[in-house]
Amino acid sequence: MSQQKRRYFDHAATTSVRPEVLEAIVDVYENHYGNPSSFYEEGHDAENLLLEARQRVAKNINAKPDEIFFTSCGTESDNWALKGTAFALQKKGKHIITSKIEHHAILHTAEWLEKQGFEVTYLDVDEYGMVRPEDVEAALRDDTILVSIMMANNEVGTLQPIKEIGAICKAHKVRFHSDAVQALGAIPIDVEDLGVDMLSFSAHKLYGPKGVGVLYLRRGNRLDNLLHGGAQEKGKRGGTENVALIQGFAKALDLAVADLDQEAKRQIDLRDRLIKAIGTSIPFAKLNGHPSKRLPNNINFSFEFIEGESMLILLDYQGFACSSGSACTSASLDPSHVLLAMGLPHEIAHGSLRMTIGRETSLEDIDALAEALPPIIQRLRDMSPLWEDWENGKIKNSLIPEYSEY
Amino acid sequence: MQYTEKVMDHFMHPRNMGEIPDATTSGEVGNPVCGDIMKIDLKIENDIVTDAKFKTFGCGTAIATSSIATEMIIGKPIDEVLELTNKSVAESLDGLPPVKMHCSVLAEQAVKAALKKYLEENGKMTAEREKYFKILNEEDEHEHAGPSIYEYVDDAENSKK
Repeated sequence: MSQQKRRYFDHAATTSVRPEVLEAIVDVYENHYGNPSSFYEEGHDAENLLLEARQRVAKNINAKPDEIFFTSCGTESDNWALKGTAFALQKKGKHIITSKIEHHAILHTAEWLEKQGFEVTYLDVDEYGMVRPEDVEAALRDDTILVSIMMANNEVGTLQPIKEIGAICKAHKVRFHSDAVQALGAIPIDVEDLGVDMLSFSAHKLYGPKGVGVLYLRRGNRLDNLLHGGAQEKGKRGGTENVALIQGFAKALDLAVADLDQEAKRQIDLRDRLIKAIGTSIPFAKLNGHPSKRLPNNINFSFEFIEGESMLILLDYQGFACSSGSACTSASLDPSHVLLAMGLPHEIAHGSLRMTIGRETSLEDIDALAEALPPIIQRLRDMSPLWEDWENGKIKNSLIPEYSEY
Repeated sequence: MQYTEKVMDHFMHPRNMGEIPDATTSGEVGNPVCGDIMKIDLKIENDIVTDAKFKTFGCGTAIATSSIATEMIIGKPIDEVLELTNKSVAESLDGLPPVKMHCSVLAEQAVKAALKKYLEENGKMTAEREKYFKILNEEDEHEHAGPSIYEYVDDAENSKK
C-alpha cells in the first residue's frame, strides 16, 4: 500500500519471533524430530529437550517442572483452567468468580460453563480497569470453586492486584487462576510470591512462536482433562508434544527474563513520553487505564468526536500498526467490553486507540507517532459532524476535558 | 478485513466533504452511541441537486459511502436522486462486506432525510414519492444503543437520540 517505514505498535496483539528463538525452533525440526513418547534414541532425544524446556520455563516463574503443562495457546490454557477446574470440583460447588474485563477466552468460556449449570459472578472494575480485592472477598460463597482474574489487561494494560487477591483466595481455600498472557516477559512473575494456583501463558506475546502456550498448575490441584488421549503431559493433555515450539517458548522466556527489569524501564520511559506527548498536543484526549499501574508497553487513549477504525486506516497508511476498541474493528456492534466496564460512555469508547510498544520500538518511533497523530485526529474531527456541533457551541458537554494533567 | 480500492480512495480522498452554508436542506442520521453519524447538506435549484456536501463521524466505510453518495447525486433531478439505494451505493464502491452494509444504509438514509424535509417543506411530497422513503422507517440495527449523553443547546437539535 505505502512505501514508507513500517512502525509496529501492536505488540499486545503479537510480537515478532526473535532470531535466537527461531534458531532453537529450526534446530528441533532439523535435528530432533523424534516423538518424545518413543522408546529409541530419537524419542529419548526429543524427550530430553521437552524435559529441559519444562525445567527452564518452571525456573523462570519459580515453579516446579511438574507444574508446567504445555498447551497450544493461551486460549487453550484459559479454557482448560476454567473447564478443567469446574468439572473436577463440581461436587464441591458450582460458583466461579471472574471479572468483566477478562479476555474473551475467559469470558466466553465462563458463559459456556453457565450453560452447563455453573454460576458465574462477573466483577465490576474501577475507572482505571482495576478489580478491587474486597469485591472478590465479598463475592466468595461456600460453593465458590474458582476465582479467575487476569494479571494485566490486554486493552488498557492495567495491572491487577494479584497478590492481594491471591491472599484472599488462600485464606478462603479457593483456587485462584490468573490469565497472565500479557504479563509474562513484561513484568516479574513468581508463583510463590503471587500466591496463584494456576496461570495461563502464550509464547507469541513474548517474541516466541504462535501455537504454543503453558498452563501452570500448582501441585495438589485436581484438574479434569480438556484433551483426552495419550499419556503426554502426565496424561493430563493428550497430543504429541510440539517439541520445537516448546523449545521456542523456553528460549523466548529465558531471553525475556534475562533483561526484564532493564527493558521494562526502557519501555516505561518510552510509554510515558508518548502519553505525555499525546496528552499535551491533542485536546479532548483521555488516557484509558491506570497512569502508573500499567504494563510497560501499553498506551491507550480515547479521542472525543471521532471513531477509532478510521484512525487505524490513516495510521496504517502512514506506516503505523495500531489497534482500537471501536465497534467497527470488532465483529459485534458494541465497542470494547473493557472500556465499557471501566465506565466509558459508548461515545468515547468508539474513539479509542491502543498503541503497544515492544523491544524494537525506538525513541524515534515514539516521536514519529507523536508527530503523526495530531494531524490525523484533526483531519477526522474536521470531517465529523459531532466536532462541528462542538465547535459551534451546540453541544454543551464534552465528555473529556480539553486538557488533563500528564 | 481489507477494503476495496474504491473504498480506500474515497476514504483517503473524500469528495465533497464539508458544509453548504446556504443549504436548501440537510439530513442527519445515526447516533454517537453507535459510533456513526452522517450529515448531508443539499443545494437544490429547480428540483435539481446542484451541490451536496457531507460530514461523517464513523469508520472508514461510513466516510467512503457518504463521499460516493454525494458524487452519485450531484447534478441529478430529485426524482432521480430518490432512486438512490443503499445497494447502489455499495455497488459503486465495488461491494462492501456484510458487516459494513449498514454504512451504505446510513448514506441512503441521510440523502433521503434531506430530500424528505425538502419535499415536505415545499409541499412537493406525493404518494408516488412517499414510496422512496421506506428506508427511513426501517429499524436501525443499533436501536439497542440507547440515548446519547451529549446535551444539545437548541431543543430542536434534541431530535438526536
